[in-house]
Amino acid sequence: MMIAVELRKLFRRRRTWATIGVLNALPMIVAGLLAFTHLAPRPGQGPAFLSAVLANGELFPLAALAVVLPLFLPIAVAVVAGDSIAGEAQAGTLRYLLVRPVGRTRLLVAKLVAVLAFVLVTVLIVAIVGFVLGLLLFPAGSAVSTVSVSGTTLTTWQLVLRTVLAIGYVTASMCGVAAFALFFSTFTDSPLGATLGALAVLVGSSLLFTLSAASPIAAYLPTRYWLAFVDFFRDPIQWRDTLRGLGLQAIYVGALLTGAWANFSTKDITS
Amino acid sequence: MTTVIRTRALVKRFGPVRAVDGIDLDVSAGDIYGFLGANGSGKTTTVRMLLGLVLPTSGEVHLLGRPMPGPAREVLTSVGSLIEGPAFYGHFSGRENLTLADASGPGGNRRTRSARIDEVLEQVGLAGVGRRPVRAYSLGMRQRLGLAGALLRQPTLLVLDEPTNGLDPQGIAEFRTLLTELHRGGTTVFLSSHLLAEVEQIATRVGVLDRGRLVLQDELARLTAPTGATVVLTPDPERVRATLDGRVISVDGDRVVVHGGNPAEVNALLVAAGISVTGLSVDRPTLEQVVLAAAGTSADRVDR
Repeated sequence: MMIAVELRKLFRRRRTWATIGVLNALPMIVAGLLAFTHLAPRPGQGPAFLSAVLANGELFPLAALAVVLPLFLPIAVAVVAGDSIAGEAQAGTLRYLLVRPVGRTRLLVAKLVAVLAFVLVTVLIVAIVGFVLGLLLFPAGSAVSTVSVSGTTLTTWQLVLRTVLAIGYVTASMCGVAAFALFFSTFTDSPLGATLGALAVLVGSSLLFTLSAASPIAAYLPTRYWLAFVDFFRDPIQWRDTLRGLGLQAIYVGALLTGAWANFSTKDITS
Repeated sequence: MTTVIRTRALVKRFGPVRAVDGIDLDVSAGDIYGFLGANGSGKTTTVRMLLGLVLPTSGEVHLLGRPMPGPAREVLTSVGSLIEGPAFYGHFSGRENLTLADASGPGGNRRTRSARIDEVLEQVGLAGVGRRPVRAYSLGMRQRLGLAGALLRQPTLLVLDEPTNGLDPQGIAEFRTLLTELHRGGTTVFLSSHLLAEVEQIATRVGVLDRGRLVLQDELARLTAPTGATVVLTPDPERVRATLDGRVISVDGDRVVVHGGNPAEVNALLVAAGISVTGLSVDRPTLEQVVLAAAGTSADRVDR
């Protein structure tokens, strides 16, 4: 089964785990510094949830996701997804896969599933490492019960449910990044080129988002709703932005995968 | 005899360049087909079109009797190939690479996989290679592993593009023996190469590609058939000319070519005349002469 083969190739590769390791280093450094200095950013400044973790360690998984979300996580996803087709082309293994034969659509689907698995595993590991860090370095909040972003209290179950929702939402946002990188990956034999292409889109999108002149297109920028996962921790949950975010990612993913498929399935493989 | 590879008016254009310009290949079951051509003559593009990697601009490809690329999934399962050098995942061992390749497509029975891998590693001389990563292999070892990958599912057709690149002379000899064995076992071999000597030693049939056109396609035995002349080596070429009056075609140093396809008859005449003869053979064109006569200048030559 091609999907099993792709998963095996991805997760038995040292680079994959090195990427995940580096990704977790940043929340670790942040947690260490916070626990040591007790200098949390003021509410509304710095990464989301970070101001609250000193009082409530259970929020650190979310803080960890918020720390890696703007840059580290998209880079990791873009590296893996950008490598998917272009990496095989560069290594010369693409031609052997295709004459094995593995159908082109089948290969693309297997690559996509492997990238999605990477996204999910990476986000989960960041959340788990964040949870352990929060437990070890910060006071437990459950005894005094957790305060939502809106100021009301959340039960432990509510917090768990909303954390799961947030993880799911971040994963969906990363699927958009993966789709861009996979799309570029079918056009080039250079994995680096595909990765940089996807990152250029993200950097461009983030930049345009800060520009008033770009406000007519702001709602369609791929990074527009990335941070909306904070809304899961309002009371009641604010669904508007998160649903829009999901819809927008679905459109990007659909369009880009269609483009990737159309290109890859009719491409001359000369690598 | 069934046709294994058949192309009709096959064309591939890359922009304004016609890399392959209307070729009609015919490879029958049981052939060792030597596909010859200079670098850049379109060999690799043709091989890639046969295997569905490059899509033809126009024309047809039939592989194992089926029109490509429709049933590629069934057809390519019975084809083993080596295309422009082997390629592997460097951080995995050779065995792991073969396992992954076998698991990724149809026709690789999982229960027999380990035994099949042992068998092909043995066949190509890598049985004792152990678990070291392919990254640490020499070029020749990679070439052997590539061949092992091509043989893994006992293909009925082997498509080999420059398979002896990176092999040393012993390796090339071993490779030739292996191909001959496989051929005896019923495998059809399509061998693309620019090394005439290599092809001349094992091919039964050759096709010559020159700047995208198939300028020659015939049985090797017919191409290099005796010309009806005899080659005489002698220290006395002038006396040969005098004795065999009018039959001498050419003299080049101590090498004299004379009319008459029977060396024994020529020899008898010369010995009767007391001329010493140091060598005697039936005159045949070499494959190199045939190819040079059919193809023009080198394809990577750029003249004004």
